[in-house]
Amino acid sequence: MSLAQSTGVILAKELKTEFRSRELLGTTLVFVLIIIVLFSFTFNPTASESRRFGPGLLWLAFLFAGSLMLQPSFLREQANDTLSALRLAPIDPFSILAAKMAANFLFLLLVEVILLPVFAVLYNIAILPVLPQLVLVLALGTVGLATTGTVFSAVAAQARLRELLLPLLLLPVLAPVLIASTEATIGILRDPSELSLVWLTFLVAFDVMFLTTAWLVGEYLLEE
Amino acid sequence: MPTPPASSLNSGLRINFSGVEKRYGMRMALREISLEVAAGECVALVGHNGSGKTTLLKMAAQLSRPSRGKITFYSGDGVISSDDVKRRIGMVAHHTLVYDELTAEENLVFFAKLFRLPEPVTRARQALVPVGLSRRADDLVRTFSRGMRQRLAIARALLASPGLLLLDEPAAGLDPEGQQWLGATLSALHDSGCTILMSTHGRNETQGSVTRAIRLESGKITHDSGAGGDPNAVLVMSTAQDSEEGNAS
Repeated sequence: MSLAQSTGVILAKELKTEFRSRELLGTTLVFVLIIIVLFSFTFNPTASESRRFGPGLLWLAFLFAGSLMLQPSFLREQANDTLSALRLAPIDPFSILAAKMAANFLFLLLVEVILLPVFAVLYNIAILPVLPQLVLVLALGTVGLATTGTVFSAVAAQARLRELLLPLLLLPVLAPVLIASTEATIGILRDPSELSLVWLTFLVAFDVMFLTTAWLVGEYLLEE
Repeated sequence: MPTPPASSLNSGLRINFSGVEKRYGMRMALREISLEVAAGECVALVGHNGSGKTTLLKMAAQLSRPSRGKITFYSGDGVISSDDVKRRIGMVAHHTLVYDELTAEENLVFFAKLFRLPEPVTRARQALVPVGLSRRADDLVRTFSRGMRQRLAIARALLASPGLLLLDEPAAGLDPEGQQWLGATLSALHDSGCTILMSTHGRNETQGSVTRAIRLESGKITHDSGAGGDPNAVLVMSTAQDSEEGNAS
């Protein structure tokens, strides 16, 4: 079975189980909504402050969403040792990681798309004129978040104190993505709007680097 | 009780463990295991908890790599690749290896697709018949009893008609009727030429088709009835030793 086919089969299973329970999506959405509202009340920013600091707060909220949402990615497979069932199948082991990355990417992107209008209203920022650029940065940043987070979720799932370990591993590694995504978003929301190619290239390079690393070490990551 | 599933379509695999050791940190789980399991043999691994039975099965399933030594799989006279081995292994482990959030049929369809079986839905429905779960095909697995989950785990393991069946305490959670069914199923699989390697505690219905028994203690093989020997001697001795140890503790 090709990598794409097995990834597709596992991804379909991931989407089916999550959309059936909606546990993860529901919890993360409420959690990040609370964070964005609290940030808004705490800083009470002016329009220019919103454009300057809003993107940082937004990406920080996405990062928290990621650390919350990515945790169960491999923990769910532990209940009945279904990870072993996946590893017993005659498929490329990377397809297990790739499917989880794709599922986490879609879940995070969904949360972000729902949160974006709330953010725009609370921080009084017009996002419609710059929506395509914003979606591009969101997608690239979220690929970095989902890729790295899924890899570390696989590592943390096999450790004791796994709930504490994932944020400890993830947050420092994701600092470059946070900085690049925030700077790119600040540029887009600035007046006049500007899409920074430097930060976009940085995000693409980070995504490619982590995807390649995941592909190279995927089989070992999933072993006991 | 429903009839056992159709015979294994694949011929049995031969396995050779050569000087296999497994170390978890400072603890040796398996020591110097050299063992040849012929195609079509039904081998019972016995021994108390922590003796290395599960580790041996996991290594045969390629879920765990040996720290030392080599495991080789043969089909006929030829060595077969790791990918081909995976295609021909069925495993029933301690855990059920099925998803609670999916229905029984969805679970089997999912695994049938991963094994690239033709007509996965039909195959899944057919696999639920012998394990007596056809009526519950559309129910979520989380609503199943322990015994029903174990039956589904067995259906999953038999889905791709394996040439090598690895069973870790397969009778766990099954009622006497279920154990009887499992015994009949294993007999049918054994008759069809499937190689079976199973860990077991004590004597039960699943041991009817056992052709060889191996006792493990602290990761080492201490008794082996051999390919043509009488497994009952090792099974009886093992049961007696385990109950003595149980009484002593």
